[in-house]
Amino acid sequence: MDIKLSVKNLEAFYGKNKVLKSMTLDIPRNKVIAIIGPSGCGKSTFLRCLNRMHEVVGGTIRGEILLDGDDIMKKDPVDVRRKLGMVFQKPNPFPTMSIFNNVAAGLKFNGYKNKKQLGEIVEKSLKQAALWEEVKDNLNQSGINLSGGQQQRLCIARTLAVNPEVVLMDEPASALDPISTTKIEDLIFELKKDYTIVIVTHNMQQASRVSDYTAFFYLGELIEYGETKKIFTSPLNKQTEDYIRGRFG
Amino acid sequence: MEKELATFKFRLWRRKITNFVMMGLTVVAVLVAIIPLIFIFYYTISKGITYLNLDFFIQMPKPVGESGGGMANAIVGTLILIGIGGGIGIPVGIMAGTYLSEFGNNKFGSLVRFLTDVLSGVPSIVVGVVAYTLVVVPMKHFSALAGGIALAILMIPTITRTTEEIIKLVPHSLREAGLALGIPKWKTTLLIVLKTAWKGIATGILLGLSRAAGETAPLLFTALGNRFWSTSIFQPIASLTVYIYDYAKAPFEDWNNQAWTAALVLILLISLLSLLFKILTRSKYKTNR
Repeated sequence: MDIKLSVKNLEAFYGKNKVLKSMTLDIPRNKVIAIIGPSGCGKSTFLRCLNRMHEVVGGTIRGEILLDGDDIMKKDPVDVRRKLGMVFQKPNPFPTMSIFNNVAAGLKFNGYKNKKQLGEIVEKSLKQAALWEEVKDNLNQSGINLSGGQQQRLCIARTLAVNPEVVLMDEPASALDPISTTKIEDLIFELKKDYTIVIVTHNMQQASRVSDYTAFFYLGELIEYGETKKIFTSPLNKQTEDYIRGRFG
Repeated sequence: MEKELATFKFRLWRRKITNFVMMGLTVVAVLVAIIPLIFIFYYTISKGITYLNLDFFIQMPKPVGESGGGMANAIVGTLILIGIGGGIGIPVGIMAGTYLSEFGNNKFGSLVRFLTDVLSGVPSIVVGVVAYTLVVVPMKHFSALAGGIALAILMIPTITRTTEEIIKLVPHSLREAGLALGIPKWKTTLLIVLKTAWKGIATGILLGLSRAAGETAPLLFTALGNRFWSTSIFQPIASLTVYIYDYAKAPFEDWNNQAWTAALVLILLISLLSLLFKILTRSKYKTNR
């Protein structure tokens, strides 16, 4: 197995409150990893540790997170976040910017000046996010006039534009209707050719549809991690089975 | 059953009356609130319009006894004074407000917040005295600079607190979106948070500038006033408010009338400023919602 991200003894805190208890798991390259578990089990916190966003809200992290063997805990969070892009639960396009500038924001604000290349990257990113056909004639209009599903794909395009290696998605479809959800899921399937994707989801069907590997979290602990097929058909752990069968959570 | 229905009808009727009375009271309150404004407009316009002509804007004040003349020096003086005040007060206010909102979630922040509130409650004449002690006394003469500094001190709390409150309204998700793209925190704050909040901040600036433009007390012993043309920031300078003060209490009817005109011009100036801000902060995009 070709490992992209290797998490070793990861612990996360809010103040003195330990929300993640010694997690160790390997995330393979160009695969989709789904993280499932009941609310408050630490799924989002785990995701936010991977790109050091957990610290933004005042949390602390202990342990090792190796990206291609380099510990991201020893690096500048700003550089880390360029390599591990993030898509949030609610679409959050920048309201003062056009569609074009929303996608270009990450590059522009980091001093990228080549206008011609910027245009190419914006087009490529919007195509990757399957939004290009819908917005190509309105690139100078505001991003907040798009529908919720389009906004979320805009946010995905914005994340892809900075050319990350890993894409972290925090319940990217939970605020969307079924049709938009399907589009996002198809998109995830396409994106894994170029990126490693970690997705947090409350939707078990979604996890089984889009992911190659699934991790089940419960009360801040990693209960079971393995191939999605296996987890959903013959889980080894009783808690995993109960959760998947809908007996709790 | 019938009795219950009667009680029900009575209650319904009582609620309707209460609703009507309370609604009436709020309407009365609105009227009371706007009546002074109507009077202000009525008097300044009806009394000030007689002297409102081109001369008022381009001529200098005439000596006592001579009729006519204008207040060109005072109009320019007021603009220079709020220019100096805004030049100092706006950047300091915006930066302080940004600090309080984005980084001031600690004891120092609370202290600054408290002191800003205290400062906004300090009477303007006290600010004038302080500016006199700090700037006029060491420089050994009255100056536009001293007046501008006094006005800046008055503006800073307004701009700081509005900036802070407006920036706090920017959704946290936008900050996260910026940070998650690998944009450093200072750039996220400046190019995303402040940009999103810009409209509200502009309102705060406008409030600060309008208040400063209408101040008289802090100018009396800082900028002093000047009957001659001066644009030097190191010399005493004329201002509309000080002219209004001097002319309104003068025993010459001619001057009293000119004070009304000066008041009208001041109001027009502030309205023009509001309009300018409205145009400057007009949003580039029309939103559907």
